[in-house]
Amino acid sequence: MSGAGTLTDAGGTGEGPVTSVATPIRVEYQYTAGLAQSRFLKGIAEGKFLGQRCPKCHKVYVPPRGSCPTDGVATTDEVELGNTGTVTTYCVVNVPFQGQSIEIPYICAQILMDGANLAFMGLIQEIPADQVRMGLRVEAVWVDRDELGPNMASVKYFRPSGEPDAAYETFVEYL
Amino acid sequence: MNPVRPVAVVSFAQSKQVRREDHRNEVEMLMPVVSDVFAQVGLTKDDMGFVCSGSSDYLVGAPFSFVMALDAVGVWPPMRESHVEMDGAWALYEAWTLLQEGEVDTALVYSFGRSSPTDLQRVLALQLDPYYMAPLWPDPVALAALQARALIDAGRADEKDFAAVAARSRRDALANPNAQVANDTPVEELLADEYVVAPLRRHTLPPVTDGVAAIVLAAGARATSLVDRPAWITGIDHRIETHALGARDLCESPSTRRAAQGAGLLGGSGAGGAVGSGSGGTGGGGVDVDVAELHAPYAHQEIILRDALGLGDSVRVNPSGGALGANALMVAGLIRIGEAATRIMDGSARRAVAHATSGPCLQQNLVCALAAEPGGGA
Repeated sequence: MSGAGTLTDAGGTGEGPVTSVATPIRVEYQYTAGLAQSRFLKGIAEGKFLGQRCPKCHKVYVPPRGSCPTDGVATTDEVELGNTGTVTTYCVVNVPFQGQSIEIPYICAQILMDGANLAFMGLIQEIPADQVRMGLRVEAVWVDRDELGPNMASVKYFRPSGEPDAAYETFVEYL
Repeated sequence: MNPVRPVAVVSFAQSKQVRREDHRNEVEMLMPVVSDVFAQVGLTKDDMGFVCSGSSDYLVGAPFSFVMALDAVGVWPPMRESHVEMDGAWALYEAWTLLQEGEVDTALVYSFGRSSPTDLQRVLALQLDPYYMAPLWPDPVALAALQARALIDAGRADEKDFAAVAARSRRDALANPNAQVANDTPVEELLADEYVVAPLRRHTLPPVTDGVAAIVLAAGARATSLVDRPAWITGIDHRIETHALGARDLCESPSTRRAAQGAGLLGGSGAGGAVGSGSGGTGGGGVDVDVAELHAPYAHQEIILRDALGLGDSVRVNPSGGALGANALMVAGLIRIGEAATRIMDGSARRAVAHATSGPCLQQNLVCALAAEPGGGA
């Protein structure tokens, strides 16, 4: 095998014992998003956030996975959410890593979309990192219409919407 | 192990077993089956004392996929829960063991398996020893073919015998609405198939299957309050052979025989249970049951398992069509227990044995004894 560069011959040639063996492994998969997540991703491709509501506890999940993780029942009602939400919590990323495409420092935030009961992660831009705060109201910034696709790259980032901050009590349950 | 406390299968549900589940994710596949297994006995997740699942992240290529799958049950308020990276039959073993402790009376066991998202031949090569075997990527069909060849060379069976197992399994699968491969094809016609890896032809191989299954276990009086005829688990055991294929006699399955002894189905363990007069090739009598559900992914493996268990000709083997009818990895073993239990619950059998396997060439084997009476009814 071509990857076995550190193999040495212990069979009497005096090169010493084998100390390591490289055995490259690669397995490819075809991912099935599922019915609910497919609906969500198709919504993203049209520039909108689609959630699903639990018929028992009435919570709205976005992105939906087809079930309410609390009640274990199928989420059947589809709910179209608006474009605004609230930063519930966040972190400042100061660590560079391979493949990084955004200048550090930047903000990775948990964003609770209006009408949703589950926050998801998003990038915050157009505001200095040291001014981001819990309760900050934000709006999604989408890529150009002709660049929209069924993936989260369609949402470029979130930026301040200019509204007054949300009160702590309105999102404390989602921390 | 033999029970200190009677525990029974009280309900069983499975999805349609299909070649490829194109649209639903694991949670969406599980939800209707979990609902079904509860509805059969009028219970909900809140009635469960324990939840245990079996699956493998290697199949879908997603780490911790079993945690996501819990969304199909709904674990709030927090539940006592566990998972095995194995077939659901082993999850059932864990649940049964916990029920023996007496703290809880009910358990949900489920498993999910997609064999379609990747190249199964490569994934299964990764279960081999990582130094000498896995780097060569021997696929499971080739390894099974070595085993089949050994069986032929030993004079124990021939290709016609393999085809007869496949023909019977496919014919029986016609009566199983959830089976994937079901047809009535004569042995002569099957023998006209091309070899996939000689001496194995297409019909001797398990289908590639996506599917899920679930079982509810209940102890003692709780079980009898839920159903008229609980399928009591009178013994269950699991044994493993060495991973070194060259060190094994592939024609025999001593781990299956030991597990059957441990489950009280054969003499030799000191445990109770029936010892019949089956015509086993390994001596010491055979398993005395009405029905056997054997997890034999390859046709020739049924012949090895029959011998290991000493099953007589009167034993009905794999009325469900077995693993040749559908073989969702991580699920097919649990389905064997569910199918055997169903035969007890519907009154068509008084005693049954269910078997699950894992690893190459029947490396690991679990044997579960079921009966209409908690004591085995012998």
